[in-house]
Amino acid sequence: MPTTEARLRIAARELVEMAVREQESKPQEIDTASDARTSSPVMPPDSIAGRALVGVVAIMSLLAALTLGAVVLVRNAAGAWQTEVSREITVQIRPTDGRDGEQDVAQAVAIVQATPGIAKVHALSKTESAKLLEPWLGTGLSLDELPVPRMIVVTLATDARPDLDRMRQALTESVPGASVDDHRGWVGRMRVMTRLAVAGGMAVLGLVLAATVLMVIFATQGAMATNKSIIEVLHFVGAKNRYISAQFQRHFLLLGLKGAAIGGGVAAVFFVAMSFLGPHLDRLVGGSGGAEALFGSIVLGPDGYAGVFGLVVLVAAATALTSRVTVVRTLGALE
Amino acid sequence: MVRFENIGLRYGVGSEILRDLNFQIRPSSFQFLTGPSGAGKTSLLRLLFLALKPTRGLMTLFGHDVSRLDKDALASLRRRIGLVFQDFRLIDHLTTYENVALPLRVIGRREEEYRSEVIELLRWVGLGDRIWALPPVLSGGEKQRAAIARAVIGRPELLLADEPTGNVDPTLAQRLLRLFVELNRSGTSIVIATHDIALMDQFDARRLVLHEGRLHAYD
Repeated sequence: MPTTEARLRIAARELVEMAVREQESKPQEIDTASDARTSSPVMPPDSIAGRALVGVVAIMSLLAALTLGAVVLVRNAAGAWQTEVSREITVQIRPTDGRDGEQDVAQAVAIVQATPGIAKVHALSKTESAKLLEPWLGTGLSLDELPVPRMIVVTLATDARPDLDRMRQALTESVPGASVDDHRGWVGRMRVMTRLAVAGGMAVLGLVLAATVLMVIFATQGAMATNKSIIEVLHFVGAKNRYISAQFQRHFLLLGLKGAAIGGGVAAVFFVAMSFLGPHLDRLVGGSGGAEALFGSIVLGPDGYAGVFGLVVLVAAATALTSRVTVVRTLGALE
Repeated sequence: MVRFENIGLRYGVGSEILRDLNFQIRPSSFQFLTGPSGAGKTSLLRLLFLALKPTRGLMTLFGHDVSRLDKDALASLRRRIGLVFQDFRLIDHLTTYENVALPLRVIGRREEEYRSEVIELLRWVGLGDRIWALPPVLSGGEKQRAAIARAVIGRPELLLADEPTGNVDPTLAQRLLRLFVELNRSGTSIVIATHDIALMDQFDARRLVLHEGRLHAYD
């Protein structure tokens, strides 16, 4: 008498044998599983030339993104400067024979404070003035012996438009040695410089993009020469030039996207790193806060990152479009 | 279907290599195109599949004067012609299936629509077990059958074959000829360029003989 375990073993073996017989009796099916390649790109996706192009596009995109980031940084820093500087004016009181300097300062402060739209008035003390002059005159000088003008720093209220001409007139009438500097000339020069820097950056960006386009033209022509036999076959099976150029466009769009994403990604990582390292950079190079004073904090805002992302899309689109135009022109010239 | 009237062809400023060709290819007809090497067989085939335009004369294909057609219209006409090359011209990085499906992909058909059609044809030409193989690993005969499958997948009205049996043994050549005959019976006009006399002797068909650039038809 077979045990329960043995009976189960026999039943299982019978089931397996039945399944095998069933399988063998079925007509042989062709494997149409999903791992089979059914619609590979018509153009070979991977080639040495393709990898080289990805590398060059990545380098070009990195340079373009760094230029773009620098332009955004300069523009933002200059904008912040201009806002800060244009909210401040300086009243200078030159020493005049026969007049009490301290009294002139107090009178000027009173006139400025009486003007609507003024947020803060600060007359620099003799000690503060001496400290300002230290880099040129050294320490230990008594300003009483020198005809050094006195300075009053005036901060304008936000969104206020004080009547500076009227204030200037009142000051010069009451205090003969007073003059008002609203930094207009300086702000104007800075604005011109900023525009020049931005224009220069954009020109560099344009040159980098132009170089990328030229490179893609050569790469496309190279790819067309390499894949001439495939293009011929496509022609013979009835492909229109539009279809052939779309294949190249797709191929180069992928290469361009890959390269631009690498370049843009590295640039973005660089800017993120700079935003963390920026505050410590001065200390690392042994400076005294000059870089931060010049550029503000080296932080690329959302507009900068959006610009880098836009650049990646632009480079990829330019790569695809350039290859399409090159293919259409080359095919047109061949026929 | 195809009509040549006083067709002449020259490359550049050289002398004419095809002169005063006058012939027709009728629907559902079968013909061999033959002649000695250098007689202009390949040039005539290139005219027939619209890779070249005649330098003189009138050539009409499916009722269209080819000299008046633009590139897109020529491409549309090529879709009605199947072409088998002596050197197969399969694309090496595409599988047999993808190579055969190429004419359908080119006209914008979706993969799920033509998948079973392509697999069925591959089985019919005996490549059912080589569907996912790449051309470099196919034998000469397998490549030839894949090339033929690619030429006929779009159900062409005219099939042009350039030395289709040039790279295969006599047994396979006979099988391929049977395949062409079957296709012809299903309504496709066939033009086989060959100088294989034995092949031509196996099937009684019209012979177009090119000699020194002129064509002589033997019905």
